[in-house]
Amino acid sequence: MVKSWVLMTMTLLCAGAAVAEEGEIALLPSGADINDTESLQRGARNFMNYCSGCHSLKFVRFNRLAADLKIPESDLAGTLMFTSDKVFDTVNSAMPADSETWFGKQPPDLSLVARAKGPDYVYSLLKGFYVDKTRPWGVNNLYLASAAMPHVLEQLQGLQKPVFKNEPDAHGSARMVLAGVDAMTPGALKPEEYDQFVRDIANFLDYAGEPVKEKRQSLGVFVTLFLLVFFVFAYLLKKEYWKDVH
Amino acid sequence: MTEQVDQGRRRLLTAATVGTGAIGVAFAAVPFLSSWQPSARAKALGAPVEVDASKLEAGQSLKVVWRGQAVFIVRRIKGVIDQLGAHDAMLADPKSEDSNQPDYIKSRPAPRARNPEYWVGLAVCTHLGCSPLGAYEANNSFQVAGADLGANWPGGFYCPCHGSRYDISGRVFKSQPAPKNLAVPPYAFATAARIVIGVDDAPKKV
Amino acid sequence: MAAAPQSADSSKGGRLIGWIDQRFPLTKLWKDQVAEYYAPKNFNFWYYFGSLALFVLVIQLVTGIFLAMNYKPSAAEAFASVEYIMRDVNWGWLIRYLHSTGASAFFIVVYLHMFRALLYGSHRKPRELLWIFGCLIFLLLMAEGFMGYVLPWGNMSYWGAQVIVSLFGSLPYIGGALVDWIRGDYYIADATLNRFFALHVAALPIALIFLVIAHLMALHEVGSNNPDGIEIHDHKDAAGHPLDGIPFHPYYTVKDLFGVAGFLLLFCAVIFFAPTFGGLFLESPNFEPANPLQTPPHIAPVWYFTPFYAMLRAVPSFAGTQVWGVLVMGASIVVLFFVPWLDRSPVLSIRYRGPIYKVMLTIFALSFICLGICGLKPPSGIYPTLAKICTVLYFAFFLLMPWYTKFDSVKPVPQRVTGHG
Repeated sequence: MVKSWVLMTMTLLCAGAAVAEEGEIALLPSGADINDTESLQRGARNFMNYCSGCHSLKFVRFNRLAADLKIPESDLAGTLMFTSDKVFDTVNSAMPADSETWFGKQPPDLSLVARAKGPDYVYSLLKGFYVDKTRPWGVNNLYLASAAMPHVLEQLQGLQKPVFKNEPDAHGSARMVLAGVDAMTPGALKPEEYDQFVRDIANFLDYAGEPVKEKRQSLGVFVTLFLLVFFVFAYLLKKEYWKDVH
Repeated sequence: MTEQVDQGRRRLLTAATVGTGAIGVAFAAVPFLSSWQPSARAKALGAPVEVDASKLEAGQSLKVVWRGQAVFIVRRIKGVIDQLGAHDAMLADPKSEDSNQPDYIKSRPAPRARNPEYWVGLAVCTHLGCSPLGAYEANNSFQVAGADLGANWPGGFYCPCHGSRYDISGRVFKSQPAPKNLAVPPYAFATAARIVIGVDDAPKKV
Repeated sequence: MAAAPQSADSSKGGRLIGWIDQRFPLTKLWKDQVAEYYAPKNFNFWYYFGSLALFVLVIQLVTGIFLAMNYKPSAAEAFASVEYIMRDVNWGWLIRYLHSTGASAFFIVVYLHMFRALLYGSHRKPRELLWIFGCLIFLLLMAEGFMGYVLPWGNMSYWGAQVIVSLFGSLPYIGGALVDWIRGDYYIADATLNRFFALHVAALPIALIFLVIAHLMALHEVGSNNPDGIEIHDHKDAAGHPLDGIPFHPYYTVKDLFGVAGFLLLFCAVIFFAPTFGGLFLESPNFEPANPLQTPPHIAPVWYFTPFYAMLRAVPSFAGTQVWGVLVMGASIVVLFFVPWLDRSPVLSIRYRGPIYKVMLTIFALSFICLGICGLKPPSGIYPTLAKICTVLYFAFFLLMPWYTKFDSVKPVPQRVTGHG
């Protein structure tokens, strides 16, 4: 038990210490794989249970989701659909339009977050909360400074505290810079379980960004093979006619 | 110096290339043509509509919208249902042979309904598309026209645009501007009083 | 006028063609422009890109029309309508990717096509007007691409429009009013989007089609150049056909078909396996809706504009205004129009020019690519200096051309073409 905490802390510190660009902290690799249907199904469930209260997926329809994730439509009610929405409706959240008063910012729609920022960003953000007494919800995020979002998954992950390191600024004077996070209190899930939980959400949002990706790639194989055949015929035809030219 | 031109090989290669190219063009055309089909959003908006008719009393009607068109649901009174076959001689198409309707409606020419107590049909006049007035609406100017047809007139529909009259099963009378009976959409009963418009079968709900 | 058709083809099809020929020069056009248009027999790899440019134009027109069937040109609905096309419209995703990849493919093909001209002297007399039509096409194509990129109304669409339209504000006296006039509002707004839509879908495509027709007419009037840069019409056979020429049909129809096949392989590989092309063809920030309150971390135009963007940023502010960068960027395109008169070499093709031109052209190509890379990067590190150097080298290629082309050595030019495709 202790060993896994040490391992996780070391990983987090190393990940935190790898600086990307000018003080930005490198994203954690999510390992998300949209070909893993079971991961997508778990991710859909996790999203609906924990995220859809505030975040909509206004470009995603339930019936499309069911078809792509191989979930029978009859199973949708009660597992993924909790409102009176119909299967052909889009995934809306209960958040009213004036929710800036609750959070200071309207929780954004997440249909395209994985296309705009990448699944690694989603994964890292959900793992990057740490306590910060100066924030309204008592938490801040390593990957989204001064985030207006509370740590929704706190129960599952537990709390983390920030880790600073000494990094002199341009003039050489010493200053402490946020470098990573460290586990503080445990949550209901073990660290690997939480990682998988969050990975599934990142994977699901990656799918939600472009639902047609898998079909696009498999169609691409067929199209490439067809074009290769056409290419060969066109080449032979050209060569045959150009025998005339000397 | 010049070799003999192998016309056969040229024809074969030309055929192979043009043939493959033509197949490719046909494949490429499919997405463009298919993009004109109703989109997922159109299908969502055109999805079947569930209507709870349990609050309707005998003699009342309501209108709902399905695929952008108004649909009547009329709860007919018992006396009217019994009399439905009586005035066939006044109708242009009493057996609904030339009507827009599902097969299970065609097989019941007089009531023109799956359950004779409720009549379901499109509130679109077959003349030029106006919305007819329902039989039991308040301020129904049809009452005036009703007097022309005698005291035993059991009610129906009247189109205010050009005066077409239909009986309570949506069948058009003789010598009206409208050519056909009112159309009936596919529909089914989920329960005794829950009608789903737009499908032929509805899963029975408890 | 109404002459009897040459071939006494009494089949149904033949009679139909004859009927048309008496009223419209169908057979004559086919013969003059295709079946009996004699082109040099030594076209090489660089000569694929003209027909490919025409092919990509057709792709863009057809896919663009189909996108316009579902796209909503308003600031409120544009972004959502693009996602509607991507998800709800049957095959909408494919039509969208065809169009976005087609835009980048268009510029790859056109840049290579222009480079061919510089290699073989296709801009020289008597093809100066051909070159000028080409430069006009290039100019309009850039406007078309810029406006097309604004239409999805993503965050990069918005901020890219903001930056480029603001450039006009640096012009003295008229700048401020001009920018309001272009935008139709005091900021990049719905009015701007709507007019860009009208220009992108109707006005510019019509202008481009006319220019392409003019370009082809100018080409056919004097005949095509070739990799040796010599005039094939100087040596004709008894029938009056150039000895080194071959009829366009079937030889170049069949060769260009092969070129199209190769192009489609690469084109479809991108569309089906990497449509964003690592964020170069579809930039990531553009998957977020336009947000006037939040600029993307790095504003960069799409890759095909980055060389010119790098030149714009390379020129520092001077005398309190940044208009110099705008002028330099404008000059970098205007200078292209003068190339036929800047080039004083007695020979056309690089094959017979001396080492100076070869070195200058190589430096030009490398600095153009380098400028492109600088334009993609944020303006820090070595990139600003590199951009300045490459801007100088870019202009040196053109502005010094009257001298180095005159003083460069030349090799004897052959009478007949060397090699064939």
